[in-house]
Amino acid sequence: MVEEIGTTTEGDLIINVGPQHPATHGVLHLVITLNGETVKKVEPHLGYIHRSIEKMCESLTYRQFIYVTSRMDYLSSHINNHGCALCVEKGLQIEVPARAQVIRVIMDELTRIASHELWWGAMAMDIGAFTPFFHAFRERESINDIMEETCGARLTMNYMVPGGVMIDIHPNFQKKVKDFIAFYRTKMNESDELLTGNIIFQNRMKGVGLLSKEDAISFGCTGPTARGSGLNCDIRKLYPYEIYNSVTFEEVLETSGDSLARYMVRLREIKQSINIIEQLIDNIPEGDFQAKTKAVLKLPKGEFYSRVETARGEFGVYIVSEGGTTPYRIKFRSPGFANLSALDHMARGSKLGDLVAMMGTLDLVIPDIDR
Amino acid sequence: MFEVYDLSFMWSLSNITQTINSWLNQTFSPTWALIFEMVIVGICVISLFAILGLVLVLMERKVSAWMQIRLGPNRVGPKGMLQSFADTLKLLVKEGLTPNGADKFLFNLAPFIAMIVAMLLMAPIAFARDFKMWDMNIGVLYVTAVSSISVISILMAGWASNNKYSLMGAMRSGAQIVSYELSAGLAILSIVVLTGSLNLNDIIQSQANGWWIFKGHIPVLISFVIFIIAVTAETNRAPFDLAEAESELTAGFHTEYSGMKFALFFLAEYVNVFIVCAIGATLFLGGWMPFHIGNWQGFNHIMDYIPSSIWFFGKTFFLIFLIMWFRWTFPRLRIDQLLNLEWKYLLPISMFNIILVTAMAILGWHF
Repeated sequence: MVEEIGTTTEGDLIINVGPQHPATHGVLHLVITLNGETVKKVEPHLGYIHRSIEKMCESLTYRQFIYVTSRMDYLSSHINNHGCALCVEKGLQIEVPARAQVIRVIMDELTRIASHELWWGAMAMDIGAFTPFFHAFRERESINDIMEETCGARLTMNYMVPGGVMIDIHPNFQKKVKDFIAFYRTKMNESDELLTGNIIFQNRMKGVGLLSKEDAISFGCTGPTARGSGLNCDIRKLYPYEIYNSVTFEEVLETSGDSLARYMVRLREIKQSINIIEQLIDNIPEGDFQAKTKAVLKLPKGEFYSRVETARGEFGVYIVSEGGTTPYRIKFRSPGFANLSALDHMARGSKLGDLVAMMGTLDLVIPDIDR
Repeated sequence: MFEVYDLSFMWSLSNITQTINSWLNQTFSPTWALIFEMVIVGICVISLFAILGLVLVLMERKVSAWMQIRLGPNRVGPKGMLQSFADTLKLLVKEGLTPNGADKFLFNLAPFIAMIVAMLLMAPIAFARDFKMWDMNIGVLYVTAVSSISVISILMAGWASNNKYSLMGAMRSGAQIVSYELSAGLAILSIVVLTGSLNLNDIIQSQANGWWIFKGHIPVLISFVIFIIAVTAETNRAPFDLAEAESELTAGFHTEYSGMKFALFFLAEYVNVFIVCAIGATLFLGGWMPFHIGNWQGFNHIMDYIPSSIWFFGKTFFLIFLIMWFRWTFPRLRIDQLLNLEWKYLLPISMFNIILVTAMAILGWHF
């Protein structure tokens, strides 16, 4: 007969969501204490995809370690590479050519659009709508095609190198990006028609998974998750890198702090990214795509930190150098880890279905959390 | 000069059934004739069950592919038509696992109950003019009563699986089906009030001069909408598929089922969709009755030439398409929202609506 196992002393049900579960988008393991349908506690268990990337980086040279970081947050691999390249450039005081800076920013923003598109589809799937997933992938495919042509890869691009970008852009690049933007503008209201305006969707998202501004700060949330709570935390605005201070875009903020706010932040961020790309795509300056660097890079003795805004939030790279060809110690500040820590606080007292929706709006990428 | 034929017996399948009946009665004793007829009907139901399952699965995959800008199955057979056969064959030869700690008897019984309920529900449905298995005088009552049994199979599967996801899915499903049966019942009742009969045949005959959805003004239209919402919930289809919410409960009550046992649940779900749509088509859209417009004699005659089975299946598949459309475009509701929708909105509206329909029936305001 059925045994009563996996219950607490108060008779609450303990269920394991993950590491293999359709809602966790990877190998996240959540131990959930349930009272009926109501969530009492969420305990994330990590480490199922831990590859000790930080330790690996200690035995790789400053040119090599950048490629490993593509495997962390694989949806914004360009931006991870960018952060690492920035940190190395900071240490060596390399001046990046203007052309490379513009290319980097365009690539970053394309990555951000692709990442947000995939998130949109995956989150819709979390709350039970399948069709948006395929529509999102259609748009993401055209970005991947653009990436493939220039970088040679579709997911882990490894395009950024210390001093610039690896190779010059493909001759078709500008035309393809413009075509994509024109195509995307025709499809933009599809997301509203399919999902945002739906009354079931609105009821599922509004007032659910509340995260106040203070909580967002204390949990260390960044990116769209924190901006949904009204926290100014866009690194592109606060600590502009590359040419972000010379392009005009607005930091997207929503104040209600619920799931719908986080959703709207990401949708509006896509529009801002398109805005940035449109400003830059016709104005890519001529010149080198890569600064002249030495064959073997040696960072001076010291500590270096750089941060960039990925699609999920602030990504920080902290390098301790002893003056050798490899970092002495390296630490990545991944946005997903901090964002996940807020899940328990947000989910307590809500229904199981909402927990899944909240997890969707946090936009978790598990290899980014585990590294 | 035109010679106007009486078209009322056109496309009637009663000739065939009566021929078989009289031949059996002449050849065998009445008892044996009855037994043979039962066997024939049984074989018909089982084959219809299988064919409907295969067709509906393929239809669902094609409809979803169409909505999701992809092609859908297109490899097995012409345009992927045989994909369902290949899938069924795969499920047939798969091992049917019974998990450790499961209640073996109930675990293995549950899918058969689901299937038997779906088969029983086919009995009173008129598939064409004079073509049904059992002309019973309480057809509507029979359908509502038998369809309630399906919740037992789901609860049984959820309980016996010894799996927390299954149990939660089953409990959700129990709450959902019990709630939404009320609205579905009241929506059906409005047609019973208007026709004054529980016999599905009488209900179809009463729509000879117009379908109830046109004759019954707004109250019947409201009933129809409530009926569609309620049966979508009763058959556990999205946006009410909480019993098998993939992202929350992996697969809900049938998480632990594999092979043919899973396939029986799967087929029963699709056949249930077909049956509720057939009931909806019978009650509101006139069953096999052709579409007539008032005194347009020519138009009505052309409509009469279309076989009655085509009318019936056309209407039914239109409703099935509607339900599939819901599934592929709506997100899922939450459990409390689901029950709120029923108890706070649908039930009061249908109760008020049944009063309106009753008043309309008494005063004879319908056409």
